[in-house]
Amino acid sequence: MADDANPIALNRAGLIGKPVDRLEGKLKVSGTADYAYEVMEKPGAAFGYLVGATIPRGKIAGVDISAAEAAPGVLLVWTHRNAPSQPAPGTQSQAGSQAPAQPELYDERIRFYGQTAALVVAESFEQAAAAARLVRIDYEADAGAAVVFDDMHAAARDTGGDEEAQKGDFDAAFASAPAVIDATWTTPVQNHCQMEPHASLCWWEGDQVYAFTSNQSVKRPQHALGETLGIDRNKVHLRARYIGGGFGGKNNSYADLTLSALAARELKRPVKIALTRQQMFHMTVHRPATVQRVRLAADRNGQLTGISHETISHCARADRFMERASAFTKNLYAAPNRRIGHKLALMDLPVAGAMRAPGEAVGMLALECAMDELAEQLGMDPVDLRILNEPDVDPTDGRPFSTRPLVRCLKEGAQAFGWDARIPTPRHTRDGRWWVGTGMAAAIRGNFLLPAKAQIHISAEGIVTVRQAMTDIGTGTYTILAQIAAETLGVPLEEVRIELGHSEWAPAPGSGGSFGAASAGSAAMDAGINLRSKLAALAVGDAASPLHGGDPAKAEFRDGNIVIGNQAEALGDLVRRASPQGVDAVGAVTPDPKGREYSQHTYGGHFCEVGVDAVTGEVRVRRMIGVFAAGRILNHKTARSQLTGGMIWGIGGALHEENHVDPRFGSFVAQDLAQYHVPAQADIAGLDAWFIDEVDDIANPLGIKGVGELGICGAGAAVANAVYNACGVRVRDYPITVEKVLAGLQALEG
Amino acid sequence: MRAFTYERAGDAAGAARAAARPGAKLIAGGTNLIDLMKLEIETPTHLVDVSRLPLAGIEPTPDGGLRIGAMATNTALAVHPQVRARYPVVAQAVLAGASGQLRNKATVGGNLLQRTRCGYFYDPAKPCNKREPGAGCAALEGFNRMHAILGASEACIATHPSDMAVGMTAVGGRVEPVDGEGRTRALPLSELHRLPGDTPQVETALAPGELITAVVLDPPPAGRQLYRKVRDRASYAFGLASVAVAGGQAALGAVAHRPWRATTAEAALAGGASPDEAAAAELAPAQGRGGNDFKIPLTRRLLAAALAGENA
Repeated sequence: MADDANPIALNRAGLIGKPVDRLEGKLKVSGTADYAYEVMEKPGAAFGYLVGATIPRGKIAGVDISAAEAAPGVLLVWTHRNAPSQPAPGTQSQAGSQAPAQPELYDERIRFYGQTAALVVAESFEQAAAAARLVRIDYEADAGAAVVFDDMHAAARDTGGDEEAQKGDFDAAFASAPAVIDATWTTPVQNHCQMEPHASLCWWEGDQVYAFTSNQSVKRPQHALGETLGIDRNKVHLRARYIGGGFGGKNNSYADLTLSALAARELKRPVKIALTRQQMFHMTVHRPATVQRVRLAADRNGQLTGISHETISHCARADRFMERASAFTKNLYAAPNRRIGHKLALMDLPVAGAMRAPGEAVGMLALECAMDELAEQLGMDPVDLRILNEPDVDPTDGRPFSTRPLVRCLKEGAQAFGWDARIPTPRHTRDGRWWVGTGMAAAIRGNFLLPAKAQIHISAEGIVTVRQAMTDIGTGTYTILAQIAAETLGVPLEEVRIELGHSEWAPAPGSGGSFGAASAGSAAMDAGINLRSKLAALAVGDAASPLHGGDPAKAEFRDGNIVIGNQAEALGDLVRRASPQGVDAVGAVTPDPKGREYSQHTYGGHFCEVGVDAVTGEVRVRRMIGVFAAGRILNHKTARSQLTGGMIWGIGGALHEENHVDPRFGSFVAQDLAQYHVPAQADIAGLDAWFIDEVDDIANPLGIKGVGELGICGAGAAVANAVYNACGVRVRDYPITVEKVLAGLQALEG
Repeated sequence: MRAFTYERAGDAAGAARAAARPGAKLIAGGTNLIDLMKLEIETPTHLVDVSRLPLAGIEPTPDGGLRIGAMATNTALAVHPQVRARYPVVAQAVLAGASGQLRNKATVGGNLLQRTRCGYFYDPAKPCNKREPGAGCAALEGFNRMHAILGASEACIATHPSDMAVGMTAVGGRVEPVDGEGRTRALPLSELHRLPGDTPQVETALAPGELITAVVLDPPPAGRQLYRKVRDRASYAFGLASVAVAGGQAALGAVAHRPWRATTAEAALAGGASPDEAAAAELAPAQGRGGNDFKIPLTRRLLAAALAGENA
């Protein structure tokens, strides 16, 4: 679309980019945004409570639910023996279905620790929880149920899928290079730990089911529930108005949705189920652990001649989700000889899944530290090494970049941080008991656009309403859609309503993979443009309008008016008179095949200063900045929050986040937020992030790119590199905790 | 959570009487007990709420010590002028623990009696001798990074999680429990918590129902005071190791089933040993279980640095 026809590029009212506060912010901070478990539209809900299995693999040998059934307030107790019959897992019987059936309590098999083994529904939450502990289940563990976790190498098997990324002769390049790095990094299991637990509230009206749930998309759980219940999915009215964090862990729906719908049908009353904080660790997905070997080969000037990044990721025995930690390495640095590989190690663990920036978030913890080690070996500045290896085209497939401002980000970040004052030799600065050092890393994240639609309506009062089967998982989707609609129609932000989270409304892909704003937003703009055409036609065809007989192609929309030449009419006046029921339009975005001819990514540079306690090995971040490029920015406030939130998560990935697998039980040790550590406020000092000015006209009609995952990418590597620069200890086994730093400090002390 | 009955205590002796009944439990701030009840690790059938008893005062004793009412909140303790001026190690220790919200609610008595944060203790699906005597200890061969290196047993390697108690232990003093007859006794702080031995479920020397009414700190020892805590993040994390120093006295935290008075190091220092030597002597009997081996050098370094006065 030409810029002079693109209302977002024109930005007449200046709403695009404006740091508008979240529209729903007040509801959230005042506790009045109704999340799924709190929806009061249908009072009188009974409370469900799930019981998780306590073996990693095997079967249920015996069940006694009599005590639970006799407990006060109990309405229903189900195990696989008496739960309603459901379609087999994976059943996808309806045409165009986006998700298979997800039955629960359908057989005696236990496939992972924590798998739902029973459901109790009672009049109160407390009664259900108390009765759940009276459910007696005897398990018979499979003799072979051994969780191979210490030896990922032994369990690893090839997956294929990286053939296009093999270039030249890496082995030869590596063997002949004067400078090489060959090291292995490991990253642990991580859990999403969303603030809002997974929760669902369901009720039936005749043969129609209403399901409020906490999910990153609307259509996928709607389709899954339709398949699971064996009913036409159009009878499933799925609602997801507010979601308290998703991070990939709410791409799927879980037992809370399936079982609340089934129990509501059985009991003929609303039923709601929330996972407890403890249950979330096993009953949902997690980020797999990885073992990553990175090898770099370079000439004496630092020009890379070979890059190899090989990842082993664990996955559940019954699933094939893996952490593709090497994937971004295809696109980041130039080198003629390349090897990318991924292997799976099957474990008797819960099913893994996507977690914020799957791949990059942990992959960059390896590659970007390997680059730091190479820079040190060559005596080069780490920023210069990256700039030297900047490719002109995608180094794997040769496609041109849609935009590629990585070097700008690195240079601007270096200048703002004061990087030129850096001392490259470790253990150079002592501040009391702290060794102080700095580190940097690049950031890259793939950019995506998915098909989406939007419906838009203007009322006789001039209120513009956009409706989409879209979600806002806490990122600001409501707000940026309002900015797009207001700017497109030339109306004040206050006259726009955004209604999301209804499965009946125009389909959108939901929130995930940083594609939400681009996909939903492009459709919303298109809907707005189509509504403008209808309003223009309405005005010029209406004898009572001052615009009557004008050229609709010349219509402009500003300040709440439609304007042709020197004639103007308020939109509300026009609609009230000429179409008092309002005017509707729809819009859509379909990814342009031309977009696939370009390599599309977002970029950034992280710069970090840490202190390392010389006595204890404790690491604390002292200051950190990130400079990013993500196309046009719709809202500098919500976008910056995504970046800083990502960077904080990156700090956590470097220093804090880990769940330990206890192979004796096939379970994770940490099951609450006291044991599973994410950064606390006191861990984050002097953090800042901003965007460089750019527009990506290839990516989508808005010229934007996704920002939800970019901030985490590379952030932890900058921390790790700073730890080394501070104290001289390279820890390649994340997170960088006290015992690992201390061992290094002791070794250096001799 | 199991159903329970509830009463609000009218006086300390009455509370002790009510709490001595089988299945009864005292509750004050509830910051630990309620979590444990939700997980059914604690299953009291009756709660005796002592939070409104008039036991929150903090005042000097005639001999130069400080009497701290058991119902004083952790926050009130940390900000009290007497504590800040004369017992900075206690103030620092309190502020190193939990979060502002928890400290506002948690009491001094409850802080002393909080239970371990061993992950296996908190997971009812795993064996734990503390929860279920005789069941076995999952931590012995499990994930024991946070666990005890001093005074542990084959039955239990859990640690006491309090920071406040470590600061108080370095200073020394006594607790004053009252029983159902209204009789108050003086129990030295160093004797309040027990080592696990074969009965890790018995954590203190208190008789059933006995209610701590006050902590009476000894007069502050001459010399500097400091508290240092090593933890995985800058706030809101239980310690990997901590040290409290009050003059020539020292205590360690997060290394044993109780706050650990470093008497060996104190004696060594008094005998002319260097801080390094004193710390090494204190840690000489330490024993790791794999995941927590690092805590031995960590604690030794931390103690040596604290004894040497390094707290920049």
